[in-house]
Amino acid sequence: MSARMSLKSDVLVIGGGIAGCATALQLARRGWKVTLLERDQAGVRASGVNFGGVRQNGRDLRELPIAMRARAMWDELPSLIGFDGEFRATGNLRLVSDEDRAVQLDNFFTAATKQGLGLVWLERAELRARYPWLSGKPLRGVLCPNDGHANPRLVGPAFAFAAQESGATIIEHAEITEGWYANATFQLRALDNRTFAAPVLVNCAGAWAGKIAGWFDEPVTLVPEIPQVQVTEPLPYRIEPVLGFVGGDFYLRQTLRGNILFGSGQGRATADALRSQPLPESMKRGAQIAIDFIPDLAHVPIIRTWTGVDGDTSDGVCVVGPSETHPGLFHAFGFNGHGFLLGPAVGAVVTELILDGGTSTDISGLAIDRFRPRRKASAAPARAQHPDEETEASAEENGAQSTDHCPVGVDQHKQAADSQDAAERDQDR
Amino acid sequence: MSEARLQRVKDQDRRLIEIIVDGWAMSAMEGDTVLVAILAQRQLLRDAPGEPVGAGFCLMGACQDCWVWQEDGRRIRACSTYAEPGMRIRTTWPDHLLAS
Amino acid sequence: MARSSARILIIGAGPAGLRAAEMLAEAGCSPTLIDEAPRIGGQIYRQPPRVPGFTRTAAELYGAAAERARDLFVTFDRIRNRIDYRPSSLVYDLIDNRVIVASEGKSEEVPFDALILATGAMDRIVPAPGWTLPGVYTVGAAQIALKHQGATIGKRVAFVGIGPLMFLAAHQYAKAGVAPVAVVVPSRFRSFAAAGLRLLQMPREFSLGLHWLLDLKRRGVPILFGHRLAQVLGEETVTGITVRRRGAERAIVCDAVAIGYGLQSETQLADLTGIRFAFDPARRQWLPESDPLGRATGRKDVYLAGDGAGMLGADAAEARGRLAAHALMTDLDISHVTYRPKADLETIARATQLQASLRAAFDLPADFFAAVSDETILCRCEQVPAGELRAIAGLMGAREMNRAKSYSRIGMGRCQGRMCGHAAAEILADKLGVSLDSVGRLRGQPPIKPVSVGTVAERKA
Repeated sequence: MSARMSLKSDVLVIGGGIAGCATALQLARRGWKVTLLERDQAGVRASGVNFGGVRQNGRDLRELPIAMRARAMWDELPSLIGFDGEFRATGNLRLVSDEDRAVQLDNFFTAATKQGLGLVWLERAELRARYPWLSGKPLRGVLCPNDGHANPRLVGPAFAFAAQESGATIIEHAEITEGWYANATFQLRALDNRTFAAPVLVNCAGAWAGKIAGWFDEPVTLVPEIPQVQVTEPLPYRIEPVLGFVGGDFYLRQTLRGNILFGSGQGRATADALRSQPLPESMKRGAQIAIDFIPDLAHVPIIRTWTGVDGDTSDGVCVVGPSETHPGLFHAFGFNGHGFLLGPAVGAVVTELILDGGTSTDISGLAIDRFRPRRKASAAPARAQHPDEETEASAEENGAQSTDHCPVGVDQHKQAADSQDAAERDQDR
Repeated sequence: MSEARLQRVKDQDRRLIEIIVDGWAMSAMEGDTVLVAILAQRQLLRDAPGEPVGAGFCLMGACQDCWVWQEDGRRIRACSTYAEPGMRIRTTWPDHLLAS
Repeated sequence: MARSSARILIIGAGPAGLRAAEMLAEAGCSPTLIDEAPRIGGQIYRQPPRVPGFTRTAAELYGAAAERARDLFVTFDRIRNRIDYRPSSLVYDLIDNRVIVASEGKSEEVPFDALILATGAMDRIVPAPGWTLPGVYTVGAAQIALKHQGATIGKRVAFVGIGPLMFLAAHQYAKAGVAPVAVVVPSRFRSFAAAGLRLLQMPREFSLGLHWLLDLKRRGVPILFGHRLAQVLGEETVTGITVRRRGAERAIVCDAVAIGYGLQSETQLADLTGIRFAFDPARRQWLPESDPLGRATGRKDVYLAGDGAGMLGADAAEARGRLAAHALMTDLDISHVTYRPKADLETIARATQLQASLRAAFDLPADFFAAVSDETILCRCEQVPAGELRAIAGLMGAREMNRAKSYSRIGMGRCQGRMCGHAAAEILADKLGVSLDSVGRLRGQPPIKPVSVGTVAERKA
């Protein structure tokens, strides 16, 4: 294909976040030759810079099965990445402060309990008794005692490190600009013209994954999400559960070190979504809500802020599963700012899809076909080696077009924002 | 630990004021920063759980080593806040915070 | 547009900011001057509180620089009513063309058309075992305690480090009746003396430095060239230090230590403006870049003045303040008094030469950072020892300061790496065997200094 020699592997993974690294890790452990391509540094974007919530509570029900599998894996983190990632099951408390939102809380409680998720219903008086630092604002809450939090700035890179230790090849600073399918092989070209080829491709490219899916004829519009988190000075450890507000776009937790992290609203990113920065308005808004619910925080100094970049789908639910157009192509992206918990399970599920042709985890609600308005494709998972009706020719065409794709940017942000029901979305991480 | 850390050597003919530090009345001079007021009589500015003990470091608002508490929970940077008569300072975390 | 109505913002009321304000005010502009301190002067001309009983004169407070200090204060009094001066106000965030300012527990947004950053400098620190013990202060702190409050940091004070400021502070302590127990200088006397001779071309500075030195000698203060601080001794508070020379250690009893290895620029706000930074190999620091008049690279509305744009000292700061104001008014087409930059540019050239000589005089041993032991606390906010930084050096992208911070917590505390950032970069570069510039610098993040949740939440009407 290229004058330069292609690097050949069994599987190519694009994206060095937790999802990509966990996939590379699992595949490598099962003896497959995996090459992971990361445009920057592995584990440094949404996977290494996020709120750190490990949360099943309040998930969209379509994500709940994979979330519950993931949660079990967090207990086994030492066997996966060599340490516990500072994961502590301190609980996740979701609160509502108005009756309208209470319906959502109620619905989730009923449905998730049915699926086997352990939840505790707390009325206002019980909330006050359990959590004396909480103001009287929350009407009621649902506690998922099994949830908790971990340290993303260590966990993100640790997955990359573990994948490497298990034999996966991680190539950083390899920005993939082109991809096509020919001779039952996925071909990728990087910005510096290096090429890579493999019969199996896993798309874990986070905020940029929608574009990559587009190279293979199933584009997904992703809206960049730039969560902004404020960090206070360390305080004695008093706030055990991770807090989230139903529909209210506010979240808060205290780290083991004692810092309180909270956020509401977003930062902003450059047009290519590569760099982001915090906004004073979001800092102010976060501060106001924080005081509203935990009045004592008014006195506590904020010592820094940070922002990350993730990709949001239009329905707030991720894409995990096989391609509908190309055999051997698998997607895992669109984590909407709450992929941290899912990472380990995504690796396991995608590995099963590739090697076993199916997974025991119910991912039927996560298929990519839901973003394809005009065509109702079958959701039958394809084995990696399976031929498909999609031909080389069409794939090459896609490859040729790819350079015209614009990066995830402001325009797309707008379009997608228009098309989604903001009220339904749950930004909690 | 009752010995003074800082030594007053100049401009000592000032009006005396009283501040309360950890519940104890302490006399200071008008124009003292909180840091000087406390360390002119004590060795430590801060002795809080989870924090290294401290007596300040840069005295120009850069190192952030001299933050203390007021009894109502407010935080002040001792090197750049003047002692006011009746000010109630704590050198440790006010335990009532996040507890009620 | 009537350009004199441009919203001009100056941050910092030290010599640079004040001279910029003066020049703008004289031209009929009404700049906003925001300063974190309650009174003007910056750190160098820090004034005691305006309270009865502080009676020292400018001569007592500022010694040889008294005339300059007085002139600045008089200038400020003259322009006070023509500018929007905001003391005790912390600029904690900056984005695009506005800053967020905290004062009296509230936040306020201040937009600007042009910005002059005059944020100054502070001590550069190299950690040694025990440096986080109560009783260890910066050289700047030792001086400010005396200047601002009439107090010394102890009864028996050891001064450790390099630079003229340390000798000045030691001299001031001696004059105040608290003669230092020792002045410990890691530089070799040979290079100090050789470079000192070059200073003969600058008789004023030379004789001043010589005067401090001889005065300390006369008072019997041991000046230990070629000695490194091996350890600060003490359990809960400083009880002494040990110093080392060629493997031989000796102990010195003291109850306080002042440490300072020269000065470093305060650059967090410059970072938030998004202007370009360049590595200065002589100062071994990443600094905001500007043209000779102070026009920042990368933004048309940002100007740099004073030690925040690279340490050159107070006299040069005044010159740079005027130059920046001049450049700003030229760019905005604001007519102002005939000003010839020549004299000020000469002052800067002279200061640059002086700084070069001082760097030669106070050379640090080549293994100075390599010799910081693994057990030594590097980041005092987060209590991270140097060994932890070395342990993660090179791991998963930690060839760069921000990665290293993420893995080790270095620079993640209240001071945002102001105290440890430089030493950490040196140690990381040394461990990796790469040049200092290649490990980059810690990025500034808002709020650049701690500000309470309540202050952020509340906006001034």
